[in-house]
Amino acid sequence: MSAAASLQPGVPGIVEQVATARRRSRVRWRLQFALTWAVLLGLLGFALWASGNINLDFIASAGPYIVQGAWLTLLICISSIALAVVLALIGALGRLSSNPVLNGIASLYVSLVRGTPLLVQIFFVYLALPQLGLTLPVVLGGIVALGFNYGAYMTEIFRAGIQAVPRGQAEAAEALGMPQRLVFRRVVLPQAFRIVIPAIGNDFIAMIKDSSLVYVLGVQELLWRASTLGRRELASLEGLLIAAAVYWGMTIVFSFFQERLERRMARGDR
Amino acid sequence: MTDAALPAHVGDVIVRATGIEKYFDDNHVLRGIDLEVRQREAVMIVGRSGSGKTTLLRCLNFLEEPTVGSVWIDGVEVAADPLHARDRRHQEQIRQIRLRAGMLFQEFNLFPHMSVLDNCIEAPLRVRGEARQRAIERATYYLEVVGLVEKRDEFPARLSGGQKQRVAIARALCMEPKVLLFDEPTSALDPELIGEVLRVMEDLAHSGTTMIVVTHEMHFAREAADRVVFMEDGVIAEQGPPEQILEAPRDERTKRFLRRFLLT
Ligand SMILES: Nc1ncnc2c1ncn2[C@@H]1O[C@H](COP(=O)(O)OP(=O)(O)OP(=O)(O)O)[C@@H](O)[C@H]1O
Ligand SMILES: [Mg+2]
Repeated sequence: MSAAASLQPGVPGIVEQVATARRRSRVRWRLQFALTWAVLLGLLGFALWASGNINLDFIASAGPYIVQGAWLTLLICISSIALAVVLALIGALGRLSSNPVLNGIASLYVSLVRGTPLLVQIFFVYLALPQLGLTLPVVLGGIVALGFNYGAYMTEIFRAGIQAVPRGQAEAAEALGMPQRLVFRRVVLPQAFRIVIPAIGNDFIAMIKDSSLVYVLGVQELLWRASTLGRRELASLEGLLIAAAVYWGMTIVFSFFQERLERRMARGDR
Repeated sequence: MTDAALPAHVGDVIVRATGIEKYFDDNHVLRGIDLEVRQREAVMIVGRSGSGKTTLLRCLNFLEEPTVGSVWIDGVEVAADPLHARDRRHQEQIRQIRLRAGMLFQEFNLFPHMSVLDNCIEAPLRVRGEARQRAIERATYYLEVVGLVEKRDEFPARLSGGQKQRVAIARALCMEPKVLLFDEPTSALDPELIGEVLRVMEDLAHSGTTMIVVTHEMHFAREAADRVVFMEDGVIAEQGPPEQILEAPRDERTKRFLRRFLLT
């Protein structure tokens, strides 16, 4: 304190003045930023309304039904990401395994899934599996397709995460006499998990949007409701606008949590 | 070494490495090392960078599999088996060796996701199957020994380097090993933090902990060592009491090493 006092600059109160000015300019910046968004979105909405083609009755009557499709979208995403995490963990272990068969299986899985379009994989679950005698309920089929797809991408993320744990960590655990499995489960995996959590969050947000593809299975999620109702009532634009707004809203909400989580994890090693 | 040269406080042989050789590909790093360490003895290994000190230490607990040779610690003997290094039986033998030899690293390697106390009780709980209460009591005791019992609930990220290394020492002691292996435990520390770690190590040495220490701290070696081992090019060039090796070396290579050391 005394050191700070002795360093007081010549102009009285200048430190506070600078702080206040900086705070003001920050508030002003945010206001202008928010205003820009509001104006642009307002213009877009006005243009749509002014075109006279927007069916407000449809939005009012079908809106709630479409919006409620978000619950199924969320359910699918949460289930799929959970499946993907499990597959990715197994896949990463395979990719890191010194066993050529396990490594081969895991690598083939990753290569096949990453080398083909998600939509093809969804159709595969929908059309090909029944030919093989396996018919899944559509929601489950969608979850399986999405989970398998994301699991392959996340396999690589998990593998990198496991490899990013410093070698010394496993060595310290081994030197304490811990057997391999314990070393992995208690020391390496928890640290790898912390490393990949932000990536899992990113994938979850991406999946909110990719999950729309399962509408081709007839899963009555957000996009299916919007497009089906929209087509029937000749209000496709309105339906899609509602769906787009809900997807957008969901990604904003989850991105917010994601950023907070990431910031919290970056702050302290706890 | 003849018995006449042994200090009075040391006991029976507790570590015996025989004919250790190590190749990294075709780089012949250890060229036949025989080393015996007795109970309550403090052995300090010194030598030029690249002479194989770290490799030797890591071969003693098989963090590196030796190419040839065997290690015996307190009744358990494991022969190098580089062709079957990952076999279950061999791995289990190695684990028995590791239970008898605690290791301290240059980089401490505390588990960052566990509190200080959890770092200390993890292996006793899960490897030795100890009761939690018992493990906590012992951890508390050893944290007192290193002077950090008040930090038991902190996470490693909130400790200084010196404190981390002291916790790592407590963590190793909690497994009640027969010997502690130190690989340059202070070389990653800021100069002002080195003293607190060396003090703990010196106390341990004087209270009869068996230890093998790779170090560049010559002053510390002189104070705390019962024996200094000088390594050069993968062999033990000379060994003996610290006064002899550090002040009146006979081997040309040791002389050269020490001369340079004193100059820098
Ligand atoms: N994992 C490894 N793979 C290949 N070569 C290695 C490996 N570890 C060590 N070496 C080589 O073995 C030799 C001895 O290294 P070592 O780390 O044992 O020396 P050191 O005496 O501990 O040196 P320093 O005082 O610098 O720590 C060096 O030539 C090094 O390049
Ligand atoms: Mg070294």
